[in-house]
Amino acid sequence: MPTKTYVQTTINGENVEFLCEPRQSLLECLRDVVQLTGSKEGCNDGNCGACTVMMDGRIVDSCLVLGVEAQGAKITTIEGIAPAGGLHPVQQAFLENAALQCGICTPGFIVSSKALLDKEPNPSEERIRFWLAGNLCRCTGYDKIVRAVEDASAKMSKGKKK
Amino acid sequence: MTTTYEHNVVLKSGDDKFKVIGTRPIRHDGADKVTGRALYGADFQTAGLLHGKILRSPHAHARIKSIDTSAAEKLPGVRAVVTAKDMPQTTGDVSMGEAGAQNVAFLRGNVLASGKALYKGHAVAAVAATSPHIAEEAIGLIKVDYEVLPAALTAPEAMKKGASILHSDLKMTEFGQKTNQVNNIATHFQHKKGDVEKGFKEADVVIEREFTTQTVHQGYIEPHNVAALWNQDGRLLIWCSTQGSFFVRNATAKVLDLPESQIRVTPMEIGGGFGGKINVYLEPVAALLSKKAGHRHVKMVMTRQEVFEGTGPTPGSYMKVKIGAKKNGKIVAAQSYLAFEAGAFPGSPVGAAAMCVFAPYDIANGLIDGYDVLVNKPKTAAYRAPGATHAAFAVETIVDEIAEKLKIDPLELRLMNAAKEGVRRVDGPVFPRIGCVEVLEAMKNHPHYKAPIKGKNVARGVAIGFWFNVGLQSSCTIAVNPDGTVNLTEGSTDIGGTRASLAMQAAEVLGIRAEDVHPTVVDTDSIGFTAVTGGSRVAFATGWAAYEAAQDVVKQMTARAAKIWGVEADSVEMVDGVFRSKTDTELKLSFKDLSEQLNDTGGPVIGRATVDPQGVGGSFAGNIVDVEVDPETGKTQVLRFTVVQDAGKAVHPSYVEGQMQGGSVQGIGWGLNEEYFYGSSGQMANPTFLDYRMPTTLDLPMIDTVIVEVANPGHPYGVRGVGEAPIVPPPAALANAVGHAVGVRMTKLPMSPGTIMEAVWQSKKK
Ligand code: FES
Ligand code: FES
Repeated sequence: MPTKTYVQTTINGENVEFLCEPRQSLLECLRDVVQLTGSKEGCNDGNCGACTVMMDGRIVDSCLVLGVEAQGAKITTIEGIAPAGGLHPVQQAFLENAALQCGICTPGFIVSSKALLDKEPNPSEERIRFWLAGNLCRCTGYDKIVRAVEDASAKMSKGKKK
Repeated sequence: MTTTYEHNVVLKSGDDKFKVIGTRPIRHDGADKVTGRALYGADFQTAGLLHGKILRSPHAHARIKSIDTSAAEKLPGVRAVVTAKDMPQTTGDVSMGEAGAQNVAFLRGNVLASGKALYKGHAVAAVAATSPHIAEEAIGLIKVDYEVLPAALTAPEAMKKGASILHSDLKMTEFGQKTNQVNNIATHFQHKKGDVEKGFKEADVVIEREFTTQTVHQGYIEPHNVAALWNQDGRLLIWCSTQGSFFVRNATAKVLDLPESQIRVTPMEIGGGFGGKINVYLEPVAALLSKKAGHRHVKMVMTRQEVFEGTGPTPGSYMKVKIGAKKNGKIVAAQSYLAFEAGAFPGSPVGAAAMCVFAPYDIANGLIDGYDVLVNKPKTAAYRAPGATHAAFAVETIVDEIAEKLKIDPLELRLMNAAKEGVRRVDGPVFPRIGCVEVLEAMKNHPHYKAPIKGKNVARGVAIGFWFNVGLQSSCTIAVNPDGTVNLTEGSTDIGGTRASLAMQAAEVLGIRAEDVHPTVVDTDSIGFTAVTGGSRVAFATGWAAYEAAQDVVKQMTARAAKIWGVEADSVEMVDGVFRSKTDTELKLSFKDLSEQLNDTGGPVIGRATVDPQGVGGSFAGNIVDVEVDPETGKTQVLRFTVVQDAGKAVHPSYVEGQMQGGSVQGIGWGLNEEYFYGSSGQMANPTFLDYRMPTTLDLPMIDTVIVEVANPGHPYGVRGVGEAPIVPPPAALANAVGHAVGVRMTKLPMSPGTIMEAVWQSKKK
């Protein structure tokens, strides 16, 4: 009897097929099966946000999703955020504002922040803090992360006006 | 509130003429870290990789009568099982830098328990299998027969007569001498200055209080990890996220009885450490599994629960502090009794606590007693300025109370007593140039301190703290590329942007841009010994190595220019990145132009340096914090927070601010919320990020910073370590703020709603 399930899904715009055990989380499948190790594991129980990915337009903790649930879904991971030929404004803002120290939380924060700005281009500080409360960072104290998101928001809306 | 002040300020020292130091370039490893490309330890992959898991003790204290691994070994997919029996019985010490030295028998005993399990979560056996899930199933099949023993869980409890003894063969060391007493006190030491009895007699006001703090974890988001291959040729290859690749090499060599040179440690990117990723936990186990499984790669990654229960947090403590002052505010005597939980093996940070406890003040008469106490909890590890935060919480609360009693402004009182160059600390050392006064002045002048305190249940607190920082050895090489850029190779793992701060120090010497330096952190085969990323030493000591290696490049290139021009080497100099003859203005070559000619005029140039700097500069940090305490629930909201710190010279101000903000927020978590909840049998009740709740974005305001620059005379650019000091004052500053808000002094950490309400109710009973 086969012990693995066939999954067909879309990851970062590409058709991806893989085999996984029913007990494997989406995070595990991304990291160990598809070898996209940009999504990180900090807790494996939905409390740190290091594993955040977009799934069908919503941000999810991929450690709380099963790999088999990816069947037919559209997934965006940190590896799919940068446009061809450069960095996304959120990524650039994180660099310019020194919004990362060790960087282990950064993929999750960038995926979450981009999701926010896609929905709400001009969030207040309060709104940014509320939105990002599911992502833990132990290094920065969040100050520079919040400023980076504000900076990206300002630059993105400026870019649109032009 | 209208904010017309600057959030982040740098108070520069004098008129420095740096071109690169003090600027804010984008970090060199940035693109990899914002795209998910950077490889951390858990990202290690290779064909045929096995996965290891550890079986841990469910009891806080138990004799291990037998371990039966036969069923686990039979599970399909299992390739190896190991226990303490597989480890050689080596002896001696391993140096851990600022975390002191560790006895190898204790280190081995912590890696895999033998004889007794000494805390819940203590590793007992390990399995390697073809998948992590099979390994997990297999550890469930290992049968361990335990005889459960009573547990000693706090320092005061463990010090009592009749307490359950953890190590029956460990004799107490007192005042530097081994005694014949076997108790749970590993060490008792004392520091004395002047005559404390006489001092207290001279005092007009004397305040004494007892304080307790709970176990807290560093809380790095990345769990401990390792991959190991013990090769057929006898060489052991290790990949891991560590603060010290050379420490991993040395410790693993000692535990496994191998020559150091037989081990190569490749530091992967590291997802936070804060002192907690110095020690080895998994490395020797993965090595043993690799060998037993037939020389296969074995990867091990801890779960979050294992990180909480099986790695070193920073300890709970019991402290009694007494301070006496004259009416005019002058402190005349200070005494402290510090009992710190070591965990299951000796080595709490009580020694460092004693070095910092009264450090901000010039005190004529002082007495410090320190106790390192064994308890049935995980062996503690370093956590950012280890011990200093506990001590500052106690001392700064009392200093604040003295100011209140004497009706003197709390910052004025601190300034009146502030330590300066030439002052002798109670534990002995005499301060070189330090920035305690400058930090206090900057706090006093900050708009935050002058702003009115508005609202009911709102109050302000201040505190200051000290960390001594360390120097230690570092190595660095710099190879010049034909296009005028350089490759900088170093051994300090980069936790928070240090590649950039090292590259900048080299660039300053070479007269090139920070972007023209390519820094790489390499494995232990590829660079000279470099001590841990800890003690706030990387920008200081490895920075100095980068500076010296760059000087070596300049020396060699100056000689090369002279050779090309056919002139004496000492007639050539380098100014602002241009090599030129001192006498003939026609003869000059830019760094880039000379770089291009190197290969064909005598071969490439590589500068190198190893350093062991002695002129380490301690750092002071101070906080101003406003809080609102809900009188119904005891919940504290931080409304405004300012951190001021002496950085000596901020190489990359953004990353210095980052250290200040990150350290502050760890201190806020420690002060208000974080603790290991222990049941009476020593089980941690909250080993998840849901229940061990660290501050989130929503719990915090912006963290305003002021960098004060009082140059450290012991470094070519004046750099002091900055990483640790900022965690020292926050719990104290919060305790003072909360104390003012509710009208009762806080003496217990964390100041969770329950602690605050209890203190208020207690005071009403009186
Ligand atoms: S790993 Fe998924 S939330 Fe922490
Ligand atoms: S940068 Fe280290 S956890 Fe966020």
